[in-house]
Amino acid sequence: MEQYVLPILFFVLIGAAAGVLLAVASKLLFVKTDETVENITAALPGANCGGCGYSGCEGYAKAVAEGSAPANLCKPGGPEAVAEISRILGIEVVDSEREYAYVRCNGNCDACSDKFTYIGTNSCAAIEKFYNGKGNCSFGCHGMGDCIAVCDNNAIRVEKGIAIINPELCGGCGKCVKACPNKLIAFVKESQRYAVRCSSCDVGKVTKAVCKNGCIGCGICVRKCPKGAVVLNNNHAEIIADRCNGCGACMAACPVKCIQELPVCGK
Amino acid sequence: MELAKNLMMILLTGILAENFILSKFYGICPFLGVSKTTSGAVGMGFAVTFVMVGASAVTYPIYYGVLVPLNITYLNTICFILVIATFVQIVEMVLKKFIPPLYKSLGVYLPLITTNCAVLGVTILNIDNEYGFLESITNALAGGIGFLLVMVIFSGVRGRIEKCNVPKALEGTPITLIAASITSLSFVGFGGLADGIFGA
Repeated sequence: MEQYVLPILFFVLIGAAAGVLLAVASKLLFVKTDETVENITAALPGANCGGCGYSGCEGYAKAVAEGSAPANLCKPGGPEAVAEISRILGIEVVDSEREYAYVRCNGNCDACSDKFTYIGTNSCAAIEKFYNGKGNCSFGCHGMGDCIAVCDNNAIRVEKGIAIINPELCGGCGKCVKACPNKLIAFVKESQRYAVRCSSCDVGKVTKAVCKNGCIGCGICVRKCPKGAVVLNNNHAEIIADRCNGCGACMAACPVKCIQELPVCGK
Repeated sequence: MELAKNLMMILLTGILAENFILSKFYGICPFLGVSKTTSGAVGMGFAVTFVMVGASAVTYPIYYGVLVPLNITYLNTICFILVIATFVQIVEMVLKKFIPPLYKSLGVYLPLITTNCAVLGVTILNIDNEYGFLESITNALAGGIGFLLVMVIFSGVRGRIEKCNVPKALEGTPITLIAASITSLSFVGFGGLADGIFGA
């Protein structure tokens, strides 16, 4: 009998002793900790997406509290989180605007034909290694959904062979930006009205041959823009959001209709 | 004199020949996890040394004072885990309250080693080798210093690897494990060192 009772009794006692000791110690040795980190963590959305570059929301909160990170890195939190963090830290609110990810390619199956039939791993990264993808345009969206796989918000769908991001659902964490092997996905600001839906670096002649919707780099939009907000970069147009006044002259002038109007987000 | 010689021998053997990481393969998790930077390795090394010595000092009287008289020595593993976990928690609180700078520098490493096998290993080895109290403490100290030494050496090795062009298939963990095995081989060379010096 003793051989069963003793061990049980021993562990009950030592467990109770350890518990009481810890409880007493935590009361006696209580140290008031800085509440800033906790408050900032509460102000963040808690998605732990890692878009800020820190290990989860708490890691970012710690960095902000220490002053080693700026207050406006949390994209899912948007302007509200920035304002709240700035209030907690007592600093001036840094100007921030919600951004969402946008796929800079419109080379869907109607516009851009395939150069071969691909049978293999269902991944953009894999197909990219294989002659820069199956599409005739080597800069276009492969439509295999590497971005969908990393998206936490189900904001991305593939339609007619290219990825499309729903701006209302996009949390702005930037995981898809990193996942896209062709670097097609970029952030656009919520207030931005127009975006170039092509990022082909081919010269106009080649682009025109491989894709109906591709930017041929003709530069008409650059000349039509009253604010100088459109520039040509690597054979395609790019819109500088800070200069754009939303007049839409570029879109009206584009001969291949690769400049598109962005939706007005209600979020 | 005999005791001093014995202690020196335990110390030397523990640090070099019977190194905890490289010949006993205890504490591989922090060894691979925290050896990326030298500062982290040093912090972890000191924290482990500290906890090893403390844990040995705490478990010794419990083993010989409670477990042996009650004839339940077979429960030492569970009992030691419990005691060490409690010990580390209390040490953490004490440090936080009274020595904040030390708490900050040991910081995250203390809770990490709460149930580390190197710490548990040293307390069980003390019992298995039938060490006395002083010998136990020395053994723990040797284990901790050996741990610190290997952590620092290996953080240097890893620093070199970072700068090298590692073949794609070996990047990350594989090359780290290969480097660890080679470092381990080099420590085999210390075998018999203590015996040679003290002529046992």
